[in-house]
Amino acid sequence: MRIRALLGALLAALTLAPGAAAAPRPIVRPADEASKSGVELGSELYAGNCATCHGIAGVGTPIGPRLRGVGALAPDFYLSTGYMPLGSAHEQPIRVRVLLDKRERDAITAYVASLGKGPAVPTPDPASGDVAEGRELFTEHCAGCHQVVAEGGIMPGAKAPPLNRATPVQIAEAVRIGPYVMPDFSKKDITDAQLNSIIAYVRYAQDPYDAGGWGISHLGPFSEGMVTWLLAVVVLVATCVLLGKRMRAS
Amino acid sequence: MKPRNWLMAALVAARTVRRPHHESADGRERIVARSEPDPGAEALVALLLVLTALAAALFVVAYGLDWSTQALGGALGGALALLAAALIVTAKRLMPDEEIPELYPDEEHPEEQEKVDQIVRESGSGLTRKRLLGTTAGIAGTALGAALLTPALSLGPFADTSRLNETPWRRGTRLVDRDGKPWSADDIDDGAFYTAFPEGADPDAIASPLVMIKLAAPDIHLPPERAGWAPEGILAYSKICTHAGCAIALYRNPLFQPVEPSHALVCPCHYSTFDAGAAGNVLFGPAGRPLPQLPLMIDGSRDLRAAGNLSGPVGPAWWGVRSRPTSS
Repeated sequence: MRIRALLGALLAALTLAPGAAAAPRPIVRPADEASKSGVELGSELYAGNCATCHGIAGVGTPIGPRLRGVGALAPDFYLSTGYMPLGSAHEQPIRVRVLLDKRERDAITAYVASLGKGPAVPTPDPASGDVAEGRELFTEHCAGCHQVVAEGGIMPGAKAPPLNRATPVQIAEAVRIGPYVMPDFSKKDITDAQLNSIIAYVRYAQDPYDAGGWGISHLGPFSEGMVTWLLAVVVLVATCVLLGKRMRAS
Repeated sequence: MKPRNWLMAALVAARTVRRPHHESADGRERIVARSEPDPGAEALVALLLVLTALAAALFVVAYGLDWSTQALGGALGGALALLAAALIVTAKRLMPDEEIPELYPDEEHPEEQEKVDQIVRESGSGLTRKRLLGTTAGIAGTALGAALLTPALSLGPFADTSRLNETPWRRGTRLVDRDGKPWSADDIDDGAFYTAFPEGADPDAIASPLVMIKLAAPDIHLPPERAGWAPEGILAYSKICTHAGCAIALYRNPLFQPVEPSHALVCPCHYSTFDAGAAGNVLFGPAGRPLPQLPLMIDGSRDLRAAGNLSGPVGPAWWGVRSRPTSS
């Protein structure tokens, strides 16, 4: 009876756990949205969805950073990944369903970019990068947290997200911004050419060649072989036990 | 030919090659009871063997045509499974099966047992000084054990640990990167982190590698005796974790301090977390003491140099590490 109660509690905890995170707030849209565009639409969407934390016209508040001078790069990153708008200012932004459509995101980006001089949305060219060099650079700068095939990892007080859905532009933006607790890298630390190689490697790691057919977090054929052997040993032992039982019975 | 014709041909072949049963060639009486012929089972075994051959041939084809690993594994695995099936059918239906119990034989020489016991007992009667021999055997065993343990001394300093406190850092030692190029204060940006080594020293020595970061003045909380250790906000700590000696490879760098975790250097092995702005004190994890800090100075050509030695012993803890005063 007690075991059943424990199981029930565990099940309840598991099903309720996701509800613990603050739900994203619904998007506030101007009534005459269709008739507006560009900076004008952006400023209204900003006032309805961003100003609570980032302050009027991006001046910042105690719970949200100042946005004057971040350019188009940061808003494009945070909006296209679904990091913003954030349910609670004290949470780590994570990749969720994007609630704003492309036109709205572009409008807010244009508005934030108009608040001060800042970097434009980068235009990386991973095709010109070298996957092998990218792997070296990724191992040096990124793999400590994001794991060597970009599966993501943890850090005290934060999660390093997996990069399986990151687009080249988002990777280029994240390297320059350093979202949440990630270090940021200037063009002196990682040049644009090196960044192209890193993106080329991350694109490769998003769908690497798994020789064994069963990725298991892409840890490589050795781990796959070990797992296969462990499973095969269990099957073999079970077969032997069954045979032995039948022999004894007959 | 169609596959069905092949199948028929195989069955016919199995029937025709069947050897007629007759008594043993030399007319002696049989030992194994005659078993009923089972042409159906024979045909099944032949079919399974033919399928085994086909699956094995498929493996060769798959290998030649560079098919996927899964096709290769499936073909070879299938061939082995079919062969196993053929052997199982052979064993179950074509081999005679009988159970013949056989009793263990009686013990042959019970009186010999007692004799052996007696021989062992009487063999020891020539020993008159058992204690002497026992003691010397004990001494020999102890000495041999000690001899075997002696090489363990090479595992590390035993009585004198002062060597572990030696570092290549001296006042004025230049900080260089992996390729030996001096680090300039202008190379260091806030938000990123850098690895540095002492110029002209062994980069593999445990006290050599440093992790360097740059923080804004409000984020730096060094104790008063370390005032001036971080010129222009540049801080340098030993890159070797004080818990188990892994390299500090993670830097927690909050974008917006008020709502995010603070600046910290983190070891990826067991997540020991050191306060990057406050003298490397332990914030979290198994490390028992702060990350040693290196006082820095910037010379006339903007190169970074050590302004002294590291603030404490580098690397994983060993006995006596807490009792030793920090050298500077």
